[in-house]
Amino acid sequence: MKNQSLDDKTLNELREIAGRYPEKRSGLLPMLHLVQSAQGKVTPEAIEACADILDISAAEVSGVATFYTMYKRHAVGDFHVGVCTNTLCAVMGGDAIFDRLKEHLDIGNDEVAEQRQGDQYSVSLEHVECNAACDYAPVVMVNWEFMDNQTPEGAVQMVEALRAGHDVRSTRGPRLCTWREAERVLAGFPDGRVDEGPAAGPASLAGLALARENGWKAPDVAAVPAVEAPKEGQADA
Amino acid sequence: MPDTLTPVLTDMWDVDRAWTLPAYEAKGGYQSLDKAFAMKQDDVIAAVKDSGLRGRGGAGFPTGMKWSFIPQDNPRPKYLVVNADESEPGTCKDIPLMMGNPHVLVEGVIVSSYAIRANKAFIYIRGEVLHVIRRVQAAVAEAYAAGHLGTNIHGSGYDLDVVVHAGAGAYICGEETALLEGLEGRRGQPRLRPPFPAVAGLYASPTVINNVESIASVPSIITNGAKWFASMGTEKSKGFGIFSLSGHVQKPGQYEAPLGITLRELLDLAGGIREGHDLKFWTPGGSSTPLLTAEHLDVPLDFEGVGAAGSMLGTRALQIFDETVCVVRAVLRWTEFYKHESCGKCTPCREGTWWLVQTLARLEKGQGTEADLDLLLDQCDNILGRSFCALGDGATSPISSSIQYFRDEYLAHLTHGGCPFDPARSTVFGSASTVEVSA
Repeated sequence: MKNQSLDDKTLNELREIAGRYPEKRSGLLPMLHLVQSAQGKVTPEAIEACADILDISAAEVSGVATFYTMYKRHAVGDFHVGVCTNTLCAVMGGDAIFDRLKEHLDIGNDEVAEQRQGDQYSVSLEHVECNAACDYAPVVMVNWEFMDNQTPEGAVQMVEALRAGHDVRSTRGPRLCTWREAERVLAGFPDGRVDEGPAAGPASLAGLALARENGWKAPDVAAVPAVEAPKEGQADA
Repeated sequence: MPDTLTPVLTDMWDVDRAWTLPAYEAKGGYQSLDKAFAMKQDDVIAAVKDSGLRGRGGAGFPTGMKWSFIPQDNPRPKYLVVNADESEPGTCKDIPLMMGNPHVLVEGVIVSSYAIRANKAFIYIRGEVLHVIRRVQAAVAEAYAAGHLGTNIHGSGYDLDVVVHAGAGAYICGEETALLEGLEGRRGQPRLRPPFPAVAGLYASPTVINNVESIASVPSIITNGAKWFASMGTEKSKGFGIFSLSGHVQKPGQYEAPLGITLRELLDLAGGIREGHDLKFWTPGGSSTPLLTAEHLDVPLDFEGVGAAGSMLGTRALQIFDETVCVVRAVLRWTEFYKHESCGKCTPCREGTWWLVQTLARLEKGQGTEADLDLLLDQCDNILGRSFCALGDGATSPISSSIQYFRDEYLAHLTHGGCPFDPARSTVFGSASTVEVSA
């Protein structure tokens, strides 16, 4: 099942991705996301397929697939858990979360935990670099969705809920989808979950809330000193 | 004198369904299009020049000047590429901006592309932010459906297509020429400059690459005028910017303020350092900007002020660390990051970051000697200014600055035979955690 060969639908979609760009090779990064969605990793067959479509060598595709960390040459879990252990998250608790998850899942970095009897889904674990959510530290990503302000115990409960097949929501996003479904969105095929979750999480709103409280705003255009309305385009050193 | 905080880009974020077109248009969204289309392209460029807008991705290069470098007599197509690869440790402004207000970016892309005479634009978003990518994909689709994108936009005769492109995990792609390599379907390794992208960028064609926040600032400049934008900020650092506070502060988060605000003012807004603790060190603009300390609380956070203090404004990523944090541990972790993300193209960075980790790791375990500090500085000297791109330079910033301010703490690891700090005390969930204290 997991290594089923690329079907015609996928091959057509690969060509469709290449067609979005003035030069088709530009499609390679999203194409590799799509093959991961179809096959769960970047397989030799997928490398050949991309090379064929783009008229480049398999070695050139391999060179790209091995450069970027999101491309996997071995299968990951249905839910791929990334714990930020860059400095700020590490200090705020990321190291403790990563240690706790390794111990709980009995795996090391970049490994898949055993799918126990009764588990609906598998889980894999990796430490990730800064994911641009430092105001929510410590941060855990699951299939590249934000799980903000985590604790070691909370992270353990989360992975157990995922294994059991319960719905888990991103703290600032939708109900989590599987890793393969996520990869499809990254390839440029939307999944209809865009309207789930808030516009912004609480930390994002910290400054705005203060501004609202104090009536702080950007200046009124009419109140800009010296002139009533600036004339664009007129240099005024 | 503008208010303490000046929400412009963040002003949408508390609106119901802020990411949708109706919500954005209800707040006046897409108004800059007709105004821009009524102007000559060069006048749009001049307005952005006059505003004083400088690149918000870290380097601070004047945006309008960058646009004016596009050779309009070059017959090849022109391209706009938005750098949405936000990955600099500590930097977390573009991601919430695209999640909460993706349309302001799309509007900025349209006006900016019009100004440089591009009919195709790309938004290169790092791949590890799934929901942000959904929001930008949807905003682009809505903009097409509403006639803000596509052919003959608003009857102006101007055509523009936008492609949302997801990266695949590589910090180096934040470097603009490495980003172009990624966008061309190659390994993300920087290109030799010159030629600069303005002359030969994407597909060897004239290309402007701008940060998300820079492009998102353009609609307000066109709608409200260059003078309005320039009425905020300081003499050479005009306008507003999003300041991102993270770490040991009471209320971490995003604070959009005129450039030139100080950390002391920002900490007041954020409720101060966490209860019972003191500021020890901070980064003004991500891990590649030299560390500062409590003696720099009143430095104006603009390009000149932070530069004069020996660091860089960078991306206004203020990572705040209190006295429980071991600076050696912090710096080692950043250094491991640079080693991991080094693209391997040039020797000083590829080999140098590896050696930095070896030396630092030994010191952190208390196994080195005092001479290792000089060795580290010597290694930094062989990387800084000798690397192919700024990644190598950035890797040396936390090391040299931490030795400058905290030399004694490095030495304490040697006398203590290891790290004298308890990492559990730095965590948000307190010392009752499962962290093992190494001693």
